[in-house]
Amino acid sequence: MKKSFAAAVVASFMAAGLAVPVTAETPPNMLVIANRIDDIKTFDPAESFEFAGADVSRNVYQKLVNFDPLDLDAGYQPQLAESWEISEDGKTITFTMAEGHVFSSGNPVTAKDAEFSLRRAVTLDKTPSFILTQFGFTPDNVEETIVATDDKTLVLTLDKPYALSFVLNCLTATIGGIVDMETAMANEVDGDKGSEWLRTNTAGSGPYKVVEWRPSESVLLDLNPNFGGEKPAMERVIVQHIQESATQRLQLERGDIDVARNLSPEDVAGLEDAEGVKIVDELRGRLMYWSANQKNEMLSDPKVLEALKLATDYEGMSGSFLKGQYTVHQAFLPRTFLGALDETPYSFDIEAAKAALAESAHPDCGAIKISVRDAQERLDIGQSLQNTWGQLGCDIELIVGTGAQTLDRYRAREHDIYLGAWGPDYPDPNTNAGTFAVNPDNSDEAGATGLLAWRNAWGIPEMTEKTLAAVVENDTDTRREMYLELQREHQKVSPFGIMFQQIEQNGMKESVENFVAGGATTAVSYWVITK
Amino acid sequence: MADTTHGEGRRASSFPPWLKKTLATLATVAATILGLLFVTFMIGRVMPIDPVLAVIGERATQAQYNQTFRDLGLDKPLLTQFWIYVTDVLRGDLGESIRTGQKVTTDIARVFPATLELATLGTLFGVVLGVPLGVIAAVRRGSWIDQLARFVGLIGYSMPIFWLGLVGLLIFYGILGWVAGPGRLGIFYQGIVEPITGMLLIDSALRGEWAVFRSAFSHIILPASLLGYYSLAYISRMTRSFMLEQLGSEYVITARVKGLSEWQVVWGHAFRNIRIQLITVIALAYANLLEGSVLTEIIFAWPGLGQYITTSLLANDMNSVLGGTIVIGTIFVAINIFSDLLYRFFDPRSK
Repeated sequence: MKKSFAAAVVASFMAAGLAVPVTAETPPNMLVIANRIDDIKTFDPAESFEFAGADVSRNVYQKLVNFDPLDLDAGYQPQLAESWEISEDGKTITFTMAEGHVFSSGNPVTAKDAEFSLRRAVTLDKTPSFILTQFGFTPDNVEETIVATDDKTLVLTLDKPYALSFVLNCLTATIGGIVDMETAMANEVDGDKGSEWLRTNTAGSGPYKVVEWRPSESVLLDLNPNFGGEKPAMERVIVQHIQESATQRLQLERGDIDVARNLSPEDVAGLEDAEGVKIVDELRGRLMYWSANQKNEMLSDPKVLEALKLATDYEGMSGSFLKGQYTVHQAFLPRTFLGALDETPYSFDIEAAKAALAESAHPDCGAIKISVRDAQERLDIGQSLQNTWGQLGCDIELIVGTGAQTLDRYRAREHDIYLGAWGPDYPDPNTNAGTFAVNPDNSDEAGATGLLAWRNAWGIPEMTEKTLAAVVENDTDTRREMYLELQREHQKVSPFGIMFQQIEQNGMKESVENFVAGGATTAVSYWVITK
Repeated sequence: MADTTHGEGRRASSFPPWLKKTLATLATVAATILGLLFVTFMIGRVMPIDPVLAVIGERATQAQYNQTFRDLGLDKPLLTQFWIYVTDVLRGDLGESIRTGQKVTTDIARVFPATLELATLGTLFGVVLGVPLGVIAAVRRGSWIDQLARFVGLIGYSMPIFWLGLVGLLIFYGILGWVAGPGRLGIFYQGIVEPITGMLLIDSALRGEWAVFRSAFSHIILPASLLGYYSLAYISRMTRSFMLEQLGSEYVITARVKGLSEWQVVWGHAFRNIRIQLITVIALAYANLLEGSVLTEIIFAWPGLGQYITTSLLANDMNSVLGGTIVIGTIFVAINIFSDLLYRFFDPRSK
């Protein structure tokens, strides 16, 4: 009797579960997104430096200047600052704050908040702080160099007359987010300027505020009730952490989500004929490249490098396993950046590659180890290189490791070839030029692990000077020309084989309009989306 | 001297046996968990991954690197680092996760109930269906039901859970729409129920939020059935083999000769004698599910302990890994002790 009762209970539970109506269209004022968001460690703009974190930050914190999501090509536009002036010596920028911006707490945004936020970002000295400290701001001098003279005026004093576009581009980065000073300081613990609190809470003047964050699970954003701009159509945005592409696809097909952000090429292809679903392609800033350690004698031979660049099957890869996800691009500035070079001088030509190798000091090639992390697309690229470089007679071995393992080797300059990706840190050409084409001191002691040129032991004092000259050039056309020239030279002589630029393929309901993931320069903007 | 020794001996023996046993058990538990922590800690420290980079990312300057290196205490000798960690643990501080930026205790309090709920329901399915299936398969050896049990077991052993999970989602969620999709709860129900235990089914039932309960049940049913199926395959196979052994024993023949009904022979005698072995099997199956079913958790976006530990390990977030290790170690020890107690209850000889 007891047994049959238990069985009946279980059966009825199962039946109840199966009978639950489970499909529901997302409401018209709510946006539900599936994305991989397990990289979020903090929402604090002074510390946040991850992709998913930047997506949240852009919708929560406003900056002095910012990008219009519907016209990214227009570059930075006034946001919290309505105007700015640069002094004659080019070292002082004076911002005049705009009216009508209010934090989610109800406090108005003033120059004092901007002073607090930028000083805080410098003094906390977290990883992204270099974006500001490269202008000469230090924890010791911020009280003189970042000053709000009154509630409407902020004065920045730089150590050199940098190109204005360089400075303003950097202020559009996540670290330029202006925090509500009063709220942050009300939550200060042990002089941390509210850091601990700002890790999990937000205090911005953007269209949204974070209501709940469950790490590796979901982020919930609601409208900032005090937002000064036009009221966004999406009053609530939920980003769910869904690791698997196949799961995201199923959710999109069922109508449980509005946008799927991590679809594999197979799932994108599978959705092409799906009813009510569209795929929107967007060029992003991430580059895929290989680089050769110049401590390796064979790999420092220019002719060997030329042979390897010619023996890379760019079109073959982008036309097969990378289809739709990457496009061929061979310069260090991503397309859409100021001064980006669109020329692709290398294409797969095994005969030309063999001829170049024959002219080198290593006509028989030799053993080459490629460090590659255990991600599918990189393994596929590694195998393609193994195949085509093998045709030159090189003995290629793939050293597969986790991201952290391969990165450790790379930073220690212990690799032969590193197969990696690089995304811009801020939307100015110097973000990539300053790492691919700068290495003033190539010694081990210099320990310039942040510079890709140093990691590959590529000492380039002359090119470094040219790159640094470009950041103080105030004429935009001249600056563009300087970068174009730099990239042409870099393509020819560098130990970097830049191959592809990322295309993000987002699947979404047909009714979703204005979904802009941020192009190559910024992050996603939920406030312009309608559906 | 002799007196003293004698006196000490007398004092020692004055402890009641249950207290001695409890103290011995506690000492074993402490030594086991300490040993486990030591090994995990050392593996974490000798892994060829730089924990500093996991915190600051690859763009940080050397000065920031050095500062974080010191902040993490990595400049101290390994044993000192371990000692500091253990004393912190004894104070209830498992440290901070570098991956989520939160206290490990907060993280575990969030992810463990999700795993506990899923594993318990999965084991329940496995036991409720697996034990009778195993018994019937043994009793009707060679019949169609025995063949079915074997087939179920074979599929359970050989199909990758990743594949089965995706196919399950495709059919029951994607095509039929009978169950809800990934995650623990529908988006409309999130935040409605104030957590008590962290287990959504229990919390929503306790608070009388039946709409939330239905949503949570609709989300858990598929992953729990999947895990239950794997438990079922294991439990039914073991039950069948235990029962076959008993059914071939002389006392079963005697019972049959005495004219007892088949029901009494099977359930009253043979099954009673396999209960103890079954407890071990079920306890092991349950512990395995509690340890975390990483792939199931990934497919169903189930924010559980297995996924938490695996992701942390790959990011070299050792505080999280060690915190998870403590939880798992404690679970295994607790399940072992519980099995021991059940042994004593079911088997008078062990008393």
